[in-house]
Amino acid sequence: MALLADTTVLLGKELRTEFRSRELLTTTVVFILVVVVLFSFTFDPSASESHRFGPGLLWLSFLFAASLMLQPCFLREQNNDTLSALRLSVRDPFSIFLAKLSANTLFLLLTEVLILPVFAVLYNVHILAVFLQLLLVLFLGSLGVAIPGTAFSAISAQARMRELMLPLLLLPLLTPVLIASTEATGALLDANPVLRADWLGFLAGFDVVFLTALWLFGEYLLEE
Amino acid sequence: MTAPPFTPLGIRFANIEKRYGSLYALRRVSLQIRPGELVAFAGRNGSGKTTLLRIAARLVRASSGSMSFEGQNGEIPDPASRTGFVAHATMAYDELTAEENLLLFARLQGIADPRRRAAALLEELGLSERRKSLVRTFSRGMRQRVAIARALLDEPSVLLLDEPATGLDPEGITWLAHTLGRMRDEGRTILMSVHGESEISTLATRAVRLDAGSVVADSSAGSDMHAILTFASA
Repeated sequence: MALLADTTVLLGKELRTEFRSRELLTTTVVFILVVVVLFSFTFDPSASESHRFGPGLLWLSFLFAASLMLQPCFLREQNNDTLSALRLSVRDPFSIFLAKLSANTLFLLLTEVLILPVFAVLYNVHILAVFLQLLLVLFLGSLGVAIPGTAFSAISAQARMRELMLPLLLLPLLTPVLIASTEATGALLDANPVLRADWLGFLAGFDVVFLTALWLFGEYLLEE
Repeated sequence: MTAPPFTPLGIRFANIEKRYGSLYALRRVSLQIRPGELVAFAGRNGSGKTTLLRIAARLVRASSGSMSFEGQNGEIPDPASRTGFVAHATMAYDELTAEENLLLFARLQGIADPRRRAAALLEELGLSERRKSLVRTFSRGMRQRVAIARALLDEPSVLLLDEPATGLDPEGITWLAHTLGRMRDEGRTILMSVHGESEISTLATRAVRLDAGSVVADSSAGSDMHAILTFASA
């Protein structure tokens, strides 16, 4: 119960500070929008090409945007040493991670939902009929990005060359999430849309494994 | 304001060493702090005061040796929630108001009526009128007041202060001295780092001087304490 209570309080703080500054959301929405629009000009996105390249392009832009979004996640806590204040106050240090990864997942999901209509128009794909299924894939994929991303953000915030460290650690690790999410999204945007249970299962498994690892070892990542 | 009940705690540092690579921040520091003592740590910059306080706050792990909190009936396993800490940095969120900052930490610490406690502290510290202002709009002294208020939220048994008077105006220093004096008289244990003698350091019941990570002087006698504190500022 203490974990849940602390997480709720900290999630409230994360949302309040972000919606007040809008730093992360603005950056990621603009970044993804630029990537999606630029690619729509580089090749003619006829329906068949969109089905082939669209999902991969979409998830690649989500992934790069996520690495931008995750960078300041723990770096913000270093400015005034607020991480120390949190460590002294919370009853379970895992709540710090849980709140941050919930906020990151939420911000990423919000960005993705905002970009989807633009993507659908520019790439001539129909998403309305499979919107709920797509939302499930986006959620599991975003969670898969946010869990290790939050953990590596905690590590890189204390490291030298921190701006390089996060993408260097994170991107290779997220390759399986990228593949699974792209395949699952591709199957939904196909002429005969299918919700691929195998890829969804893979994403769910990835999320559970990394969340468990974070729960077990997260406390050590917060130490100075 | 009536202080909530608390357990008087002592602190035992046994052969504490802290190394950063080949650099020793602390060398075999052994100290027994009794419950209710107000200990002033003096020493030049880089002498190890901050590191010792952060080890006491359990924010930094010692490379070797041990640190424990001790109650009347022996070692207390985890009194972290009863430890207040004021660091060099203000430990406050710039994008939150003074009130929001205090409410956040009061809720995390499980304080029964967080809004009332936050309001009382803001009133005491003269920040009531600016309680709805973002901390990033505050002066250094006002930020320090928020930092002190956060550390005092749950009236901790152990208070750790790293140069707490930084940025405070004379009025703020007088308030802090009064508050620390009251807490000392109530039997709370206070460890603080200081630079020279001041209104705050004269409250100390014991002075310890650190030099290059080692304890070089330790006394509870008035004249010795004066020498320890002034030598540090020389």
